Amino acid sequence: MTAVRPPRLIGQPAPRPEAARLASGAGAYVDDVDLPRQLHAAFLRSPHPHAAILGHDATAARALPGVAAVLFWDDLAGVVTPLQTRHAGFPGLVSPPQPPLADRRVAYQGEPVALVLAASRALAEDALEAIAIDYAPLPAAADAATALDPGAPKAHPDLPDNLCWAGEISGGDVDGAFRDAALVVAQTFRFTRHTGVTLEPRGLIAAFDRASGQLDVRISHQQPHQLQVYLADLLGLPMTRVRVIAPDVGGGFGIKMHVYADEVAVCAAARLLGRPVKFIADRLESMAADVHAREHVVDARMALDAAGRITAFDVADRHGLGAYTVFPRSSTMETVSAVRTIGAPYAMAAFRARMQAVFQNKSLIGQYRSVGHPIACTVTEALVDQAARTRGEDPLAFRARNYTPGAALPFTNPAGVRLIDLSHAACHARLEALMDRDAVRRDMADARARGRLPGLGFAAFVELTASGSEAYGAGGVAVAAMDSVTLALEPDGTVKGEASVSEIGQGIAGTLARVVADALALPADQVRIATGDTRSAPHGGGAWSSRGAAIGAEAALGAAARLRAAILAGAAALLQAQPETLDLADGAIVDASGAPRLTLAALAQAALFRGHEFPGGRLPQLAVAHQHGRAQDRAVPTNGIQAALVEIDPGTGLVACRRHWVVEDCGRILNPLLVDAQIRGGVVQGIGAALYEACRYDGEGQLLTGTLADYLLPMAAEMPDIAVAHVETPYSGSVLGAKGAGEAGTCAAAAAVLNAVNDALAPFGTAIAELPVTPVLVLDALARRQAA
Amino acid sequence: MKPAPFAYARPGTLAEAVALLGAEPGAARILAGGQSLMPMLNFRLAQPALLVDINRIADGAVLRQDADGLTLGPLVRHADLLRHCAAGRGHPLLAAALPLIAHSGIRNRGTVCGSLALADPAAELPACAVALDAELDLVSPRGTRRIGAEAFFRGIYETALAEDEMIAAVRFPPADPNWRWTCLEVARRQGDFAIAGLAAGFCATGAPAARLVAFGVAERPLRLAAAEAALTARGSDAAVATLADLDLLGGGDYPAAYRRQVLGTLLTRAAAALGAPA
Ligand SMILES: Cc1cc2nc3c(=O)[nH]c(=O)nc-3n(C[C@H](O)[C@H](O)[C@H](O)COP(=O)(O)OP(=O)(O)OC[C@H]3O[C@@H](n4cnc5c(N)ncnc54)[C@H](O)[C@@H]3O)c2cc1C
Repeated sequence: MTAVRPPRLIGQPAPRPEAARLASGAGAYVDDVDLPRQLHAAFLRSPHPHAAILGHDATAARALPGVAAVLFWDDLAGVVTPLQTRHAGFPGLVSPPQPPLADRRVAYQGEPVALVLAASRALAEDALEAIAIDYAPLPAAADAATALDPGAPKAHPDLPDNLCWAGEISGGDVDGAFRDAALVVAQTFRFTRHTGVTLEPRGLIAAFDRASGQLDVRISHQQPHQLQVYLADLLGLPMTRVRVIAPDVGGGFGIKMHVYADEVAVCAAARLLGRPVKFIADRLESMAADVHAREHVVDARMALDAAGRITAFDVADRHGLGAYTVFPRSSTMETVSAVRTIGAPYAMAAFRARMQAVFQNKSLIGQYRSVGHPIACTVTEALVDQAARTRGEDPLAFRARNYTPGAALPFTNPAGVRLIDLSHAACHARLEALMDRDAVRRDMADARARGRLPGLGFAAFVELTASGSEAYGAGGVAVAAMDSVTLALEPDGTVKGEASVSEIGQGIAGTLARVVADALALPADQVRIATGDTRSAPHGGGAWSSRGAAIGAEAALGAAARLRAAILAGAAALLQAQPETLDLADGAIVDASGAPRLTLAALAQAALFRGHEFPGGRLPQLAVAHQHGRAQDRAVPTNGIQAALVEIDPGTGLVACRRHWVVEDCGRILNPLLVDAQIRGGVVQGIGAALYEACRYDGEGQLLTGTLADYLLPMAAEMPDIAVAHVETPYSGSVLGAKGAGEAGTCAAAAAVLNAVNDALAPFGTAIAELPVTPVLVLDALARRQAA
Repeated sequence: MKPAPFAYARPGTLAEAVALLGAEPGAARILAGGQSLMPMLNFRLAQPALLVDINRIADGAVLRQDADGLTLGPLVRHADLLRHCAAGRGHPLLAAALPLIAHSGIRNRGTVCGSLALADPAAELPACAVALDAELDLVSPRGTRRIGAEAFFRGIYETALAEDEMIAAVRFPPADPNWRWTCLEVARRQGDFAIAGLAAGFCATGAPAARLVAFGVAERPLRLAAAEAALTARGSDAAVATLADLDLLGGGDYPAAYRRQVLGTLLTRAAAALGAPA
C-alpha cells in the first residue's frame, strides 16, 4: 500500500455532515416511507412466558374492515423456514429451531404468534383483539441461577435440560496460584438484563414483486448485507433477488444486528400476499421483543502474591440467554465476551473461566454495545478495589503495579487474549493529570459536610474491537468481518463512493469520505460515500464490534490508493509523463514542481467523454473497489481507564453521579469530535447500567418493564460532566492505525460507578456486588453495617 | 399502541361537556391535557366510546386569586399555576410541589384538575389538595356539588366522581402567613413519579400545629395525623417513630420497608426546613 501523505483532514475535529439534515427533521427513516398498496402489520404476541397453543380462531378478526389477512405459522411455513442458529465455534451448542411465528408453543412473553395485515396499524391492532388463542400455560424457566437444578422447569420440554452451551477457557497453573496466594479476594456478582433503547424503533417495509421474484426490504438495520444473505436463505431466493436497504437509521447499539423472527415473518407475508408490508415496532414490543443483553451471575476470585501482584483469576459465569440462541450470531457470544477480558489489563499468570449459558422462557439475549466487556470489567475492577482495600492501598497505586507493562507486549495472556499496542501506564498518568485529585478531595469533603457519602471509583479496561473473521466466519456463520469500498471519479472531479459499513448515526460515512479526500488531496465535501444498500455496495460487515474506523476506513484508504494510482496513470498517459513524477494537490494533477497540469475534472471528462484521446484507446480505470479484512490479530485490543465521583444520600439510598473522567486509547483518532461523542454516549449507557436500567421479570417470566416509565433510561438531568482525554497508540497492523472507539465508554463506566459506590460504603464495612445499584440495595447495605 | 376506535367531541362550554357525559353515563371520558389519558388510550387500558375534549371550553383556564383563595378552572395547566406561584402568589406548598411534577413539556399540557381527577397515588397535587383542605366543584347534568379533598380521594385512581361528573374547579384556601410549607419527594430521576413524597406544613406561631400528607406510599394521599401530633408535641424524631405503625404500599422495586424509611428521611428534612423541633 502507498504511504499516506501528512493528513490534512484526518485527526481534525469536524461535525458530522449529515447532522444538520437529521436534526432539522429531513431524515428519511423507515416509517417516513410509504409504498403504494402497502399493508400495515401488527403482531399478536404471547402474553405467556411459556404455553402450549391448543388452538386459535381468527374468524372474527378476518371479518373486520380493512383486514387483509391474519397469518399463523401454518400459513407461512410454505414460503419460509424456521431460524436456527448454528455456530461451530460453540461445540455442543443446543439450538432449537425458531419459527418466525410460534408453532404450537410459545417460549417467551412477546413471542409473535399471529400476524395481522390491515389498511392501517390501528385497524390491525383492532383485529388483534378479535383473535382467540387457546393457551395452556406451561411451567416457565425464569431464573438462570436455578435453571440447571434437578427438576427445574424446562424452557423447551423436548430438550433434556436447559443447558444451551458450556465451555471453559483456561491457561496457566490456576490451582497452584490460588494454593500459593498470599491473599485471595472473592465475590459473587449479579447483573440484570438491559436492552439498547434506540430513538427509532426496529421497523421495515418488505415488498415482493411477483413478476420478477424480487424482494426489496427497507429496514432499520446495522448489517444490510448479513440480512440479505439470511433472508435469501430463509425464503429460498437467490441473493440477486433480495435487496436490503438501510436508510437513515436512528440508532443501533447492537439491537439491530440480528435477524428477528418478526422481521422474517413480515418478509414472508409480503411474499405470500404480493403486497408491500410495513411493520414498525412500538415501544412496548421493543421492550419485550428486541434482544436483551447481559444477565449474568459470576462467581469470581482473584489470587495475589505477598507483594500485591495479581497472579490468577478463577471465574464461573452463569448466563441466562432466553428462549433461543439469537439468529444468526448466537447468544453464547455473550458469556465468552463476559469472561474473556477478565483480568486483561493485568499481568496475571493463570486464568480459568467456566461458562454455562442456559435457556429461559424470556426474551432472547443478543449483542449490545460493548458485548460482555462491561461484565468482565466490573468483575475485574471490583475485585481489584477489594484487594487494594484489603491491603490498605491506594487503588491507583495498586493498579499501577499490576498493569501489563508495555515492554511485555505483544503478550498472549493466559485467557488466550493477544495483547498488543496498549498504553496502560500512559492512560493512567493522563487520568491523574486530567482529574486534579486535590480538587476532587475538596469536593468530597464538601459532600461529607452536606451529610452525603462521597465515593471515588476507578476502572481500567481492555476492550477487544473490530473482531476478525475468527469470531463468526470460522464458526460457519455468514457474517463478514471485512468491508468494501468502491470509488468513482465523476465528470466534475468529485468522487462518489459506496461502502459496506453502516451509517447508524455515528457519522462513519463522513469519516470515510474524509479519509478518501485526504488521500486524493480533495476538500472533504468533494467526496461523498453512500452506505446501506446491498444493490450498490459490495458485501461487507456493516456496523458491529466498533469496526468502522479500524476496518471500513482502511478499506476506504485502500480504494483511494487505487483511484489515486489510476488517476495518475491516466494523467500520465494524456500528458505523456511518467506517473511517478505526478502528484495530486487541490483537485488537480501536479508535476514535480507542484504546478497543476490537469484538473481531476478534465481527466475525468477526457476518460468518460473523449476516450479516443488516450493513447491506444486505453481508458484509465476511474472506478475502483477495495476490500479490507485483517489476516492477523483476531481482534484489535484497545485500553483506557475511567473514574467516577458519586455521592450517596444515606437517607434515601439515591446515588448521584457528580463527575466522570475517561482516558482511552483508540489508536489513531480520525475525527476527535466523533470519538468524544461516542465515548460520552457510551459512558451514559454505562451509567444507565450502573444505576438505572433493568429489564425486570417476575419469578414466572412475566416482563415487568414494558414502558420507559418502568425501564429507567439515564436522562440528561442526572448525568455528570464527562471529561474525555486520549492517548494515541496506533494499531500496528494497519496503515491508518485506527482502533475501535464506539464501545469504550460503555465498557468501563458501570465498573467505575460501582467502585465509587463501594468506596463511599467502605467506611461502613459494607459493599454492593450487583447492578444496577438501586436505592433499596444501598439502604440494605448500610443496614447490614448497622446490624453488624 | 394505537387506541381502540372512539367518537370525539369538542364542546365549547362546560354545560355542553357535562351534557355529553350525562348522555350515556360511563361511555364518555374527559380529555384535558392528555398526558395520562393518551398513554392509557394507546395501551388500550382505557377504551371509552366517546372522548370529550374540553380544551376549547369557554373560561376553562380561569385562575382567580381573591379573599377566598385560589380558584382554578379545568384548563389551568401545571405550568400556568407554577408561573403564578413562582411569583410569590398562589400558595407556597404549590410553589414547592409543582416543579416536582414531570418535565416542562408535560407541565405545559397537563392540568391541575386532570391530576386530581386521575388520583394517581404517587402524584403531588392530590396530596397538596388534602394538605390544604382544598375543595372541588363537581358538575353533572344533575347539578353542582362541592366536596373536600379528603373525601374526594378514595383509592388508586379512584375518586368520588360519578360517571356523569367532572371537576369544574378546585379552590385552595388562602395561605396563612404563620404557616411554612414544603414538598419533598424521592424519585430515581428528575420528573419521575415519587417513590415516596411528603407535603408538609408547620406553624410555629402561637400553639404549634402541623400538616403532614404523604404520597406514593398508600392508595391515596395519606394524612399522617399521629406524626402531626408527635411533631408539634415532641419533635421530628418522635414524629418519625409514628411511621412504624403505618401500613404502606410495597410494589415495584420498592418494598414497604424502603418507603417507610425514606418517608422518615423526608419527614426529618421537612421538619428541619420548616423550623420544627428535631
Ligand atoms: C412522563 C410523565 C411524567 C409524569 N410525571 C408526573 C409526576 O411526577 N407527578 C404527577 O403528578 N403527574 C405526572 N404526570 C402526569 C401529568 O401530571 C398528567 O398530566 C396529569 O396527571 C393528568 O392531567 P391531564 O390534564 O394530562 O389529564 P388527562 O390525561 O387528559 O386525563 C387524565 C384523567 O383525568 C380525567 N380528567 C381530566 N380532567 C378532568 C376533569 N376536569 N374532570 C374530570 N375528569 C377529568 C380524564 O378523563 C382522565 O381519566 C406525568 C406524565 C407523564 C407523561
